[in-house]
Amino acid sequence: MNAMSPTQSVHTAEAQPLLEMVGISKSFPGVKALSDVALSLRAGHVTALIGENGAGKSTLVKCLTGIYQPDSGEIRVDGKPVRFATADAAQAAGVTAIHQETVLFDELTVAENIFLGHAPRTRLGFVDWAAMHARAAAILHGIDAPISTRVRLKDLSIAQRHLVAIARALSVDARIVIMDEPTAALSYKEVEDLFRIVARLKAAGKAILFISHKFEEVWRIAEYYAVFRDGRQVGAGLLADVDQHDLVKMMVGRDVAHVFPKGEPKIGDTVFSVRKLSHPTEYDDISFDLRRGEILGLYGLVGAGRSEVCQALFGVSRPGSGEVLLDGQPLVTRSPSDAIGAGIVYVPEERGRHGAITAMPIVSNMSLPSLRQTSRRNFLRMAEEFALARTYAERLDLRAASLSQPVGTLSGGNQQKVVIGKWLATRPKVIILDEPTKGIDIGSKAAVHAFMSELAAEGLAVIMVSSEIPEVLGMSDRVLVMREGRMAGLFDRQGLTPEILVRAATGNSEGRQ
Amino acid sequence: MSLIRTLLARRETLLLCAMLALLIGVTARFPEFATPASLANVFHDTSILIILALGQMAVILTKSIDLSVAANLAFTGMTVAMLNHAFPDLSILVLMGLALTMGLALGAINGLMVWRLNMPPIVVTLGTLTIYRGLAFVESGGAWVNAHEMSPAFLELPRAVVAGLPVLSWLAILAIGLSVLLFDRTPIGRAFFATGGNAVAAVYTGIDVGRTRFYAFCLSGMLAGLSGYLWVSRYAVAYVDVAGGFELNVIAACVIGGVSIAGGIGSVAGTVLGALFLGLIMNALPVIGVSPFWQMAISGAVIIAAVTINARAERSVGRNILRRKEIVL
Repeated sequence: MNAMSPTQSVHTAEAQPLLEMVGISKSFPGVKALSDVALSLRAGHVTALIGENGAGKSTLVKCLTGIYQPDSGEIRVDGKPVRFATADAAQAAGVTAIHQETVLFDELTVAENIFLGHAPRTRLGFVDWAAMHARAAAILHGIDAPISTRVRLKDLSIAQRHLVAIARALSVDARIVIMDEPTAALSYKEVEDLFRIVARLKAAGKAILFISHKFEEVWRIAEYYAVFRDGRQVGAGLLADVDQHDLVKMMVGRDVAHVFPKGEPKIGDTVFSVRKLSHPTEYDDISFDLRRGEILGLYGLVGAGRSEVCQALFGVSRPGSGEVLLDGQPLVTRSPSDAIGAGIVYVPEERGRHGAITAMPIVSNMSLPSLRQTSRRNFLRMAEEFALARTYAERLDLRAASLSQPVGTLSGGNQQKVVIGKWLATRPKVIILDEPTKGIDIGSKAAVHAFMSELAAEGLAVIMVSSEIPEVLGMSDRVLVMREGRMAGLFDRQGLTPEILVRAATGNSEGRQ
Repeated sequence: MSLIRTLLARRETLLLCAMLALLIGVTARFPEFATPASLANVFHDTSILIILALGQMAVILTKSIDLSVAANLAFTGMTVAMLNHAFPDLSILVLMGLALTMGLALGAINGLMVWRLNMPPIVVTLGTLTIYRGLAFVESGGAWVNAHEMSPAFLELPRAVVAGLPVLSWLAILAIGLSVLLFDRTPIGRAFFATGGNAVAAVYTGIDVGRTRFYAFCLSGMLAGLSGYLWVSRYAVAYVDVAGGFELNVIAACVIGGVSIAGGIGSVAGTVLGALFLGLIMNALPVIGVSPFWQMAISGAVIIAAVTINARAERSVGRNILRRKEIVL
């Protein structure tokens, strides 16, 4: 178990790492994304990077690829310190990344996609098309991808596009390859193909950083691991020295219960039922009951279909089949205003994009869904709007100089309070919170949690979508786990552990490991 | 008291100062320019621009654009002029009602294509711009309707003086008043701001974004239809190329007045000032003897200057966010 200490791992390597990161820190206004992080990658080996959403993995990748510059710390390649001031500089040093959602150009050919930005040139400086197609074909051949270099990307399947993305990453003569959840969108067979490519890259002496949530994959192709939590590296070493239980423990940490203001729930009758809700492509056979005063956690990996289900419940999208009952009555929500009218509200993920209208003042944001109550004969009454906004601003302990201040001038946590406040003002029966504390500071997090408990105590039924295991365990009365669009389990609070959740979400049983 | 207007207060003050400076500069050499009668004349001259700009403001607030307003004006104006020629006894109020309805219908066509077919507003209205003006050509066969073919009542209504101002000016004032009510005091007005400010957030708040855009196009079309009658009557002539390119002046008035092309930001006061500013320039330049060729270039420069100021104003708001954030943290 000594492999869990961060310093230990370095000495277990047989040779000097190809790439090392030491003491890397990176802050954004209000958030410390990485603090004093270390990572080493070795030639011919795969290192798996593991951590929950928001643990700092993406920030690390961006520091490695020159998109962000770390505030402090050092990156060394072959033992020599380097600075990646731009993405080009990182690429020139041999670092390349294959992203989860590949950024490619639909209307360009395969060869153009592979060589965009570094196309071979003729002596006169024009693009050397013959050389480009020949080299593209060679790279594709090298990864066993039978794709013509002349077809347009839009005519390829998702898996083929992924191969093009890999070919693009390899076209720059990379020595260090970062794969950010490369299997997230692939089928079983395509994953097998990908693993063959990874094996080839390994054999070619490349150092690979493999980011994945799926332990099964990690054990199959990686030799080393590094676990991140809350922007820190909490463990690193040889995978052979640990088991899945150890990794989950590192990922989640131990201090789960004590910070959450979970009151004694007074759970009442069923208020909201979902029966066999299905969609042709996004989710299938989702059923659950929600009772007054209950907080139902909705856990799963990113892309498991949680938000899609919630959006269907809120009327943003339409399910293919299934039934929703509110207070025992069948409910059809064709639009969000139907849902709001029925008493179901949704606080979406990504406040800035979905929640608040940042150019509008606090008061108008808060009153926006309640204009029917605050206006008389279709004319707005400002005094009513201010009264409403003041009520909920006080309840939520909103910190603002004035209610006339635009929401964009508030901190993230206070913006979230405005978004939640505007929904409370509609006096809902069911409130859906999608990642309610993502990207907000710890103080505001605690306030949002306390407030959730308060809402439940008042008899509201709460659905909380969250990817943070401590939050799910700390706040939920029951937890519904989704995996790949299906229900992977519905668990009671009692006896629920991080391991159970992770196993259900990743579909990995102890036996298959 | 509109809060959005408070937010924009500085921009409107700036515009007002620029107008005063211009006025003082011109008056220094041509004192008669600043007489109440002359200023009332500037307002009278700008009335149609104000009416159109208020409709355009609704459209731009929802992050759309209506390029077809001048073509709508020409088509509707030609129609009412021809009707007046054919049936001189038809009441002017009926004709005005007809102009409003026809403009509304033409605007609704734009709105329906944007809403139901999900087409980009710039493409839709670029198409209808050509279609509407083409239809004006079809119905008139390219012929003009001249002053002597219009009934006296048709010609006199806009310039009839009531309580010291011509009816046309009163109509602009009425449009301003109704717009203040609409934009600041009704849920649909709020929906215009929300739709352009953050369409996704608006959807999640229960606002039907497509329908809101549709209403904005209807409003813009309706005001364009009304302006069709007003224009033809005021200039006492109807022909296919009436108000050619005027949609650009309308959009310019909005932009100068601080309406953000990106949607969600703007005010009635700003839009009216933007239109008046353009009107003032158009009236002042000939007075100080600037050649008509320069007038176009100067108005263009003013538009660019206004957009630059707007862009800078929005950026400085961005800096304020960070500063405040630091204080909060």
